[in-house]
Amino acid sequence: MEVTESSILGLIPLCPLLGSLLAFVIGRSQKDLAGWIATLACVITFGLVVSTVFSLSEGEILAFNAFTWFEVGSFDVDFALRFDQLTAVMCLVITGVGSLIHLYSTAYMHDDQGRHRFFCYLNLFMFSMLLLVLGANMLVLFVGWEGVGLCSYLLIGFWYNNLAYASAGRKAFVVNRIGDAGFLFGIFLLYRQFDTVDFIELSTAIASNPELTALYTLVAFCLFIGATGKSAQIPLFVWLPDAMAGPTPVSALIHAATMVTAGVYMMARMNFLFVLAPYTQAIIAVIAVLTAFVAAATALTQNDIKKVLAYSTVSQLGFMFMAAAAGVYWVAVFHLVTHAFFKACLFLGAGSVIHGCHHEQDMRKMGGLLKYMPVTAVTYGISTLAIAGIYPLAGYFSKHAILAALGTTVNPYLELSLNVLMTFASLTAFMTAFYMTRSFAMTFLGDYRGHAHPHESPWQMTMPLVVLASLALFAGIWLVTTLPEYLAPVVGHAGSHHQESIIEGLVHSWVGILGVLVGLLLYTKLLSVPAALFKALRPLSQLSLNKFYFDEIYDFLIVRFLGRISQFLFKTVDQNMIDGAVNGTAALVEVSGEVARSTQSGQVRHYALYMFVATLAVLFFFVFGGKIGG
Amino acid sequence: MANNFPYLSVLTFLPLLGAVLLYLMPGLNPKSDQHGKASRCVAFALTFVNFLVSLRMLMDFQSSESGYQFVEQAAWIPNFGISYYLGIDGISIWLVLLATFLMPLVVLASYSIHDKVRGYLASMLVLETAMLGTLMALDVFLFYVFWELMLAPMYFIIGIWGGQRRIYATLKFVLYTVFGSLLMFVAIFYVVWRFYEQQGHLTFVLEELVRFTNLSLKEELWLFGAFALAFGIKVPIFPFHTWLPDAHVEAPTGGSVVLAGVLLKMGLYGLIRFAYPLFPRAGEIYAPYLAILAVIGVVYGAMVAWAQTDIKKLVAYSSVSHLGYCVLGLVALNEVSTTGSIYQMLNHGVSTGALFLLVGVLYDRKHTRLIADYGGLVDRVPLFAFLFLVFTLSSIALPLTNGFIGEFLILSGSFKTFPILTIVATAGVVLGAVYMLTLYMKTVFGELDQSKNGDLTDVSKRELAVFMPLLVLVFWMGLFPQPFLSRMSSSVNAYLAQVKERSDELKRYEFDQIASYQKLHEETEVVVTTASSSTFLSLDEHRS
Amino acid sequence: MVPVSYYLTLSAIMFTVGVVGVVVRRNSIVVFMCIELMLNAVNLSFVALSHYLGNLNGQIAVFFVMVVAAAEAAVGLAIIISMFRAMKSVETSNADQLNG
Repeated sequence: MEVTESSILGLIPLCPLLGSLLAFVIGRSQKDLAGWIATLACVITFGLVVSTVFSLSEGEILAFNAFTWFEVGSFDVDFALRFDQLTAVMCLVITGVGSLIHLYSTAYMHDDQGRHRFFCYLNLFMFSMLLLVLGANMLVLFVGWEGVGLCSYLLIGFWYNNLAYASAGRKAFVVNRIGDAGFLFGIFLLYRQFDTVDFIELSTAIASNPELTALYTLVAFCLFIGATGKSAQIPLFVWLPDAMAGPTPVSALIHAATMVTAGVYMMARMNFLFVLAPYTQAIIAVIAVLTAFVAAATALTQNDIKKVLAYSTVSQLGFMFMAAAAGVYWVAVFHLVTHAFFKACLFLGAGSVIHGCHHEQDMRKMGGLLKYMPVTAVTYGISTLAIAGIYPLAGYFSKHAILAALGTTVNPYLELSLNVLMTFASLTAFMTAFYMTRSFAMTFLGDYRGHAHPHESPWQMTMPLVVLASLALFAGIWLVTTLPEYLAPVVGHAGSHHQESIIEGLVHSWVGILGVLVGLLLYTKLLSVPAALFKALRPLSQLSLNKFYFDEIYDFLIVRFLGRISQFLFKTVDQNMIDGAVNGTAALVEVSGEVARSTQSGQVRHYALYMFVATLAVLFFFVFGGKIGG
Repeated sequence: MANNFPYLSVLTFLPLLGAVLLYLMPGLNPKSDQHGKASRCVAFALTFVNFLVSLRMLMDFQSSESGYQFVEQAAWIPNFGISYYLGIDGISIWLVLLATFLMPLVVLASYSIHDKVRGYLASMLVLETAMLGTLMALDVFLFYVFWELMLAPMYFIIGIWGGQRRIYATLKFVLYTVFGSLLMFVAIFYVVWRFYEQQGHLTFVLEELVRFTNLSLKEELWLFGAFALAFGIKVPIFPFHTWLPDAHVEAPTGGSVVLAGVLLKMGLYGLIRFAYPLFPRAGEIYAPYLAILAVIGVVYGAMVAWAQTDIKKLVAYSSVSHLGYCVLGLVALNEVSTTGSIYQMLNHGVSTGALFLLVGVLYDRKHTRLIADYGGLVDRVPLFAFLFLVFTLSSIALPLTNGFIGEFLILSGSFKTFPILTIVATAGVVLGAVYMLTLYMKTVFGELDQSKNGDLTDVSKRELAVFMPLLVLVFWMGLFPQPFLSRMSSSVNAYLAQVKERSDELKRYEFDQIASYQKLHEETEVVVTTASSSTFLSLDEHRS
Repeated sequence: MVPVSYYLTLSAIMFTVGVVGVVVRRNSIVVFMCIELMLNAVNLSFVALSHYLGNLNGQIAVFFVMVVAAAEAAVGLAIIISMFRAMKSVETSNADQLNG
């Protein structure tokens, strides 16, 4: 692999950063301009990325060393960017989907008073995310990693007057921070062992020391903790559903298409490490399947359209991690890309619905929107079929590849449980198709149940929908043949892809088709059945409706517990014990002073008496002391 | 090449001159506003000139040299070997710059003081002299004089211009600190006395004491304990921290800024400059215990900060947490962690100083520091909210702000020495986000209470002038730390090498001493006095 | 010939009376007189022992003591007078401004 210097890389993150500043400064007075500035910055970045992608030849890595960030002794970290095929894919998704979402937002946020702030944050997010994927070492990646966390925090709490939203933002940041701490341990461990954090140097160092399995297992586990935070896996996924408090384009961009996939990207980037840690890979596989299943089960009963999509995202991220855990990284990235298309489309569609229904998010108050907003409905429908995994839509190829990868994993630690995992994964795929069809049917089919006057959204919003839906339609069939070859220099060669016929494809997508059919049946024809089912399966359905009580358990076990400890530490330990000891010492001195003071009466005769007694004592000592002592 | 301009004396005594000038200003009635204005101008001019002088000094500073630069030496009390001896190296120069940088800002922030302005400013100027003297003194006696001199102005600043419980707070601060430093004073005399016994003359010059005082391990342990207690109280290391929240809460804004920004660093600086070089073996033995205390401080400070209802107290406890990191990095005794620790001292000065100034902005307007009295401020004071956000992020060490570099270097360096403790300390990173973001959310987000805070005014131009330099530094130090780090590196290396080398030397000395005793005992069975004199002989050989 | 121990016993009694007077009495004039009594008790033992030992040094010391006593009387009385002026009383218990 040859490394070529390319200063254009520096421009890629710089462009949205500049856009962010301009959007704020100019946007303060010219609010409508802010959106266009930000969108323009995004589109320019997209152009830069495309041109860079074309200039990248196979087996080549573009690099740009901006400056030496810090250098202490042998610890030398450059602020360096790197562009290879994996980065190319990520950058294209980020800037491509990002541009569409920016365009969408100009209409979605058109009457918000703080839209200059919104676009400033959104571009700042693009900057951080690009830094994350472009970073040539773990620290620059970490800069982006925390940067996207910050932007996510700011955007979730965008409508800050509502304290619940602000607190959802805080929750996202703090939960991510827990993951980040794990990520930091990973960096520390690697630095301690190899004295470097650069990806290329690390991969060489790790490849030449394959025997340090214990270390790699630990490091991989630490890094995965980071990924569970950012990519919303059990046990740190609880922030993502709450993050829906942010404006919907934010949910589409950050909490579906880009930021939450950072963990998957990181695993693909560090694949040279993860392949040497089969034990950790097994843990990841189990967690991924569990997360996918639990999230899908939760999504079954949610009524808030964005909540359904949020849990669906968690579930799909679980699928990506399954592929990564199986060691087939190109599939993980493949699903990341297709998911970015159809999930962004779904979120934007949901945004369009919310926009059209005047800020209504409850699906029980929608229905029949197909005739009011046809473009939204059709694109949403296409994406639903895509996520359901129906041939020949994008989701089919990626999900099928994931299940195939998981099914053929060769991991000694997974041998026994592989069948269980596969069963759960297939079940999740079925549930995915079902709940997505449910959301589609509840929103767009039947009769309108709300009181607003729904209307189709303007072109800035429908255009991105159409683009994303067509990508969800066609991208899969193209990517499934090109992507493995393209990514091969970074993540290794995959097995040859088996070209399947239409019939085979449809047969393989039977799980999805079944889910869609059952969903349609239940929510368009047998309308009373879902409620009856809900009642019949009471404990289970309650569990699903209440999100498996994760929030309550965490709140009780961790948040309140720590809160109480902090109160205890402050009131009892700090104020009473430690400060009590300090003040006690002072009081002791004061009391002894009081005692000594009472001898100082001010009366001469008392002093004379002391003098006399003392003289006697001295005399006594001189006369008899010698005898006592001797 | 460094010219002969006496930078250090000028830096040290210019503020003192300013304090005198304030009292010599003719004409105006000391109670009038005009007088206050004139005093502020004089004080600002002097502190600013001082800052410029220190910048000029930085330009002349040779970063490749590890020894002391701009050295000035003159006999002071020659009979006792006490000298006026100033010098600066890559470690202290940044703390000096931090002090000279913060002082003009503190003077600018003194507009909230209306009562006895002249006295306040004079105290601040004397304090600057004392701080700079402490950082530059290379004579232990001179150091001690400046060290104690720092207390007096601070005593008045808290005691006169403080809040409700100012007398309690200032007494606690002074007595607590004096308690520690008196033990240190005794320890200093013990070292000097041992030096006299071994070398036959008196000196208080640090370098000589470090190189030629041979102490047994037991002595070292006691003496290091005394030094560590004095410095530990000043830092403050858990559990000697309870004076800090009281002092911070009661101190006026400027006092808090100087206290957090510079005074707390004196303890850490003392450990680097005095305790470790003088008693390297004891330092190594104490290191794990200090590290444990530091990590307890990190987590404990963060937990307690979370429970606070008073903004200033919260920031004060966050200082306990942050300085825990600094101590951890320091005692881990490797290049990365020590550099990180020094860098984190500067970061803490900038970000916590700024946070105290921000609290001051609120307090000046509303005269309350309770979190519950605020909420939704961003609607009313967006600029304030922005500044608050930036310094909050710097405080929770977000990458690309200054805090990240310091914390990362400390943690990655300490991880090599104390892996388990470092993992625990990293919990502080999470908890830091919890309490700072909770504070931010409760004050800045939510609904604005019109009746309470509807009349709040945003950060004024003058206040902005105070915050801008700090804001620039937050990002500058986060993005381009290299100019800072490269000037530290040779001094840090020299310091670590010295500690290591000296520790080996002392081990050898003790070994020789025991050996020579045994040898004499075996061969001739002469009286002990002869044995000890021969020890001195072997010692002389050693040195040559 | 009276044995010297008689003188010394008398001297000890006078001294003790003086001490007790200083400690017990409150009138500063009486206290003052008691101090004089103690001085004279010492004088007595000086003289007695001087005679007994045939050495004049003791008698010289007596002169010194008398000089000091005279000076003390002058200063002491002046203090008592100014004390009376300030406090309208010569009771020592009133003069306790120095108490802790």
